[in-house]
Amino acid sequence: MAKFSLKINGKIRQVDLDPTTPLLWVLRDHLNLPGTKYGCGIGMCGACTVHLDGVAVRSCQLPVSVVNKQEVTTIEGLSVTGDHPVQQAWIDHDVAQCGYCQTGQIMSAAALLKSNPNPTDEEIETSMSGNICRCGTYLRIREAIKSAAKK
Amino acid sequence: MENTYSRRSFLKSSLLSSGGLLLSFTWLSSFRSADKMEELQLSEQWNQLSGYIKITPDNVIKIMCPNPEFGQNVMTSLPMMIAEELDADWKNVVVEIAPFDSSLYARQFSGGSQSVRQAWKPLRTVGGAARQMLQQAAAQTWGVPVNEVMTKAGVLSHASGKTATYGEMSSKAAAIPVPKDIKLKEVKSFDIVRKAQKNVEGKKIVTGKPLFGLDYQQEGMLIAMMVHPPAFGMQLKSFDASQALKMPGITAAFTIDVFPDTYAKDSFDTCSFNELVVVVGKSTWEVMNARKKLKVEWMPLPEKKETVNMFGRKVEQLVPAGLENTKGHLEKMKEMSAKSAKLLRKDGDPETAFKNAAKVIERTYTAPFLAHNCMEPMNFFAHVTTEKALLAGPLQAPEFAERTLSARLGLPIEKIDIQMTRMGGGFGRRAYDHYLVEAALISQKAKAPVKLIYTREDDMTYGIYRPMYTATYRAALDANKNLIAFHVKGGGIPEHPVHANRFPAGAVDHYMVEGWEIPSNITVGAFRAPGSNFNAAAEQSFLDELAEAMGKDPIEMRLELLKRAKENPVGTNNEYDADRYAAVLQLLREKSGWGKSENGKYGRGVAAYFCHNSYAAHVVDMVMKNGQPYVEKVTSVVDCGIVVNPDAATNMVQGAVVDGIGNALYGALTHKEGAPEQSNFHNYRIIRNNEAPKKIEVHFIQSEVDPTGLGEPPFPPVFGAVANALYKSTGKRFYNQPFSTEFSNS
Repeated sequence: MAKFSLKINGKIRQVDLDPTTPLLWVLRDHLNLPGTKYGCGIGMCGACTVHLDGVAVRSCQLPVSVVNKQEVTTIEGLSVTGDHPVQQAWIDHDVAQCGYCQTGQIMSAAALLKSNPNPTDEEIETSMSGNICRCGTYLRIREAIKSAAKK
Repeated sequence: MENTYSRRSFLKSSLLSSGGLLLSFTWLSSFRSADKMEELQLSEQWNQLSGYIKITPDNVIKIMCPNPEFGQNVMTSLPMMIAEELDADWKNVVVEIAPFDSSLYARQFSGGSQSVRQAWKPLRTVGGAARQMLQQAAAQTWGVPVNEVMTKAGVLSHASGKTATYGEMSSKAAAIPVPKDIKLKEVKSFDIVRKAQKNVEGKKIVTGKPLFGLDYQQEGMLIAMMVHPPAFGMQLKSFDASQALKMPGITAAFTIDVFPDTYAKDSFDTCSFNELVVVVGKSTWEVMNARKKLKVEWMPLPEKKETVNMFGRKVEQLVPAGLENTKGHLEKMKEMSAKSAKLLRKDGDPETAFKNAAKVIERTYTAPFLAHNCMEPMNFFAHVTTEKALLAGPLQAPEFAERTLSARLGLPIEKIDIQMTRMGGGFGRRAYDHYLVEAALISQKAKAPVKLIYTREDDMTYGIYRPMYTATYRAALDANKNLIAFHVKGGGIPEHPVHANRFPAGAVDHYMVEGWEIPSNITVGAFRAPGSNFNAAAEQSFLDELAEAMGKDPIEMRLELLKRAKENPVGTNNEYDADRYAAVLQLLREKSGWGKSENGKYGRGVAAYFCHNSYAAHVVDMVMKNGQPYVEKVTSVVDCGIVVNPDAATNMVQGAVVDGIGNALYGALTHKEGAPEQSNFHNYRIIRNNEAPKKIEVHFIQSEVDPTGLGEPPFPPVFGAVANALYKSTGKRFYNQPFSTEFSNS
């Protein structure tokens, strides 16, 4: 066990746990932030995507011990009232079916637009290919990203 | 899955003369308080007009959705149907998933594309009944005849100028007896249904609210994980948990007997492994780590016979011993295909017709087991005590699960409370209740509230898979290339896929269908459009090849067969409506620009299919991208009767197309020595964003026919259309799924 002081969604959160615990389970089991989803545990589906200093990472592959001073943003902290342009675009395009993967999709999309505010279609497809949607909402995901990019 | 269980009265809840105020604090209402309620800052003081409808004095209307939601949009579309006849203002409607309660609601089941279809009249009647109660309340208050009270968008009015909101009348209305004769609206006067309404949980989904089973929390809850045999055909021999129990956070390790051999299984009690080793602890990561420290020995499972109560019918099932292999499966299927099988339908004299044919075409198709791979792995919360059981999580068939839990826990039905969460996908997998039983038995043994979590590996390797299928299609042509006989022989491990009375049955004079099955210890079950998801691949590929041999355009050839089935049908038991089937193909021909030169750059494949009471057809436009087949564009036409929520319905069809392309090209679960060879998304290929089409154009037949299924029907024909597009793109016919493997091997 070890103590960690994490900066999550702008707040300092203290946890005392096994240093190998992936950030995903720290968020879900210890900090009551269940918006970050478990999908595969091996970094292949993107459901657990969060931002680390603004960059999209798979939280299931990130032991809590390596987070250090880096700032973690989860879906709960992407915007205060849930109206980040990407979230709004997701609602406007009524993207979700089951909805389980969508918080990970949104975190990937928000990180993409931050680093590349006007992505081409190909850039959107490539950078979103790490996020699986079993319901097959990929076309709406692309359209929502294009709408959000215009804002 | 056939919807064969009894249709109970949907109206019973609305017929409960409830009356009075109802304060509803199920865990769901506190756990997922409605966004709109938060915005409106209203008190949760509800007047209940029926089990489905509650109204606050401030005119907020809460509608309970009876059916579990797994992405098929029932939480929006079913309440829309109630709100329509209630004449509610949709802006003031909040929706909550109903608790599972067979005394209040009927048919709380998601599967078989039946939710909207089965609820169409009953739920509208619920809305209409409540509206008439409100009208009655206003009439009494104002001293006017009830037939003079008008309703619109949540407001009651009278020609004298009197008006009141539903909220203002709700207390009085709740005390009025539920009327018996309910007049429903004409389709053309709908204000809410047939107009695009956004997902009622859209905001919660995009903000990461705890909607799913895996998000469920309760004070003092422990986490449990199980270990199952590494292969089908194996069972537990012994285990040593001493090391695991020394790991931090671990509270218990034991075995559970999910369905002992003495237990008589019900319809959805399919279970791969009766005895499991379980580790219980404080957090997910600790349990995951401790699980690795278990020392478990396995041994072969002997052959056994099971009697299953399949929707009231006793079915004998053989579970053979042995460790099965995909290679062996394919060889056995080939062997069985060559033999005659159980006759399922016969018209005319097919044997003679084939003997006298000028030409016989015979082709054999195969498809592998498929894993459902719901994005949210199997999980369930359970808190079982000696007096009662609370269960919460994602499931499709609570009524069946409740019965099974009652039998397994030895508790009466009324002591079992099942709460339905939103499901992170279902596709048929969550109709099977073994994981609820597991969670309940673990809680019982651990004497604590527990959440059982499957890892992705558990979820994929403990499958209730889509069966492995094959089918041989034969067609006889006369000297003028007319189709004179048709023969389908389908088989599967362990179930055959054939639907004997579907197209082209009824369109060919001499027609024969046979089916055979090979028992297996690999568990299978419903997977989005069971049987159909393979038949549409095989049959529609075969019809394409047949059209070519007949020198006909594939759409024209189908239309000619449908014309025959319409004008002079063979046999009397043909399931489909030839006119509706043909109309879908005709609209598809027009909308896809079939035969137009501007589409020449594509390898175009067409397919159509009827299942779950609906008709769907696609044109798939394929190109080669980096040497691999890529579906760039799809045009889809669907006839599912009235489309309740058009934009969500379009989303559903687009999703089915993507799912179909993905499974046709990449989907496969193979076995070696009984063990699944795929265990996670690194070796089970799921279609990804850059592999999905650029465009999927969806058209619905404009219809006033009562709605039929939509979740499943658009899925099966995608497989056939992809196969036919592959032929046009490569010049080679594809017979064995997944097609990307066959493509790589060619």
